[in-house]
Amino acid sequence: MWPCMKLRHLQELLQQIDGFDNPKVHLEQYITPPHLASHMLHTIQTHYGDIDGKLIADLGSGCGGLTLGLAALNAGLVIGFEVDQTAVEICHSNINDQAFSNIDIVQCDLTSNSFLSRWFKQFDTVIMNPPFGTKHNAGIDMDFLQKGFALSHNTIYSLHKTSTRAHVLKVAKSNCVKAEVLAQLRYDLPSSYKFHKKTSVDIEVDFFRFQILNNS
Amino acid sequence: MKLITHNMLTSKCMKGVTVGYPLKIQAVDVKTTEVDFNPEFISRLIPKVDWNVLCSAAESIGYLEDLPKEVTENYENNVDFLKKAHRVLLEIDIINGELICPETGRKFPINNGIPNMLLNEDEV
Repeated sequence: MWPCMKLRHLQELLQQIDGFDNPKVHLEQYITPPHLASHMLHTIQTHYGDIDGKLIADLGSGCGGLTLGLAALNAGLVIGFEVDQTAVEICHSNINDQAFSNIDIVQCDLTSNSFLSRWFKQFDTVIMNPPFGTKHNAGIDMDFLQKGFALSHNTIYSLHKTSTRAHVLKVAKSNCVKAEVLAQLRYDLPSSYKFHKKTSVDIEVDFFRFQILNNS
Repeated sequence: MKLITHNMLTSKCMKGVTVGYPLKIQAVDVKTTEVDFNPEFISRLIPKVDWNVLCSAAESIGYLEDLPKEVTENYENNVDFLKKAHRVLLEIDIINGELICPETGRKFPINNGIPNMLLNEDEV
């Protein structure tokens, strides 16, 4: 076990973070629920020591929930990559509210290969809660994951719909990356969009840990 | 935007650009923020950095101070050097300004410390 902030404190911190006022459907902007984000981050640090003192990328950092949680757990530096202007602005105000100095945000298009440039294999850890690719953007989850594989020289943590598990495992294998499902979670998605008929909907989600193998 | 981040950014993604590195910095507003010093982390960061680019970037915004022009041998055990590297890599924050592509002169705005590297469709 690695040293870590108390889970309860981490969750309290993440509950203070502002989310999206008007989430954009085409970008699948959902925040990672604080209880889920805090459990993920707590596991990553206590079981694997992959946060404290590490260089970390958060892909599709959104309003900064995971980014701020990583900063709170003493990441050496977290760099959040995000395409959307509104998300970037909310994230900026969240960072200011919490006064973290071990964070940088870069606004860029993660689906373009070019943003990798000099970041290739530079990160110790990559974390993401990618769009699930269910809103006319099929494959974007695997695109994010491949970017994660390219950026990290060690580990990648990600969430994927349980229904896509076999595919995720196949993609990992074909990239010579070891994949492991750490937990199967219930993602309680509040109805944030007008087309949602129920007040909330549960999706089964896999919390994945990927380990880059030396020969990849 | 910290100088470690600047050290990694390029404009290579643009149509017609071959290297796109290093991006010039036009800083309007720069501040320094204290970041916890972790010598082990800085030691692992240094080999990733293009040191000449770091020195020129710091110099261009007036924050070079006493940063050595070259990476010292056995820097892992040189706390004085690691502290200087720490300051320049992590504590200098460009709040507002522009990054400029060295080949095309295309400007990427930096607002609230966040560089916007997005391109228009006709630039890709």
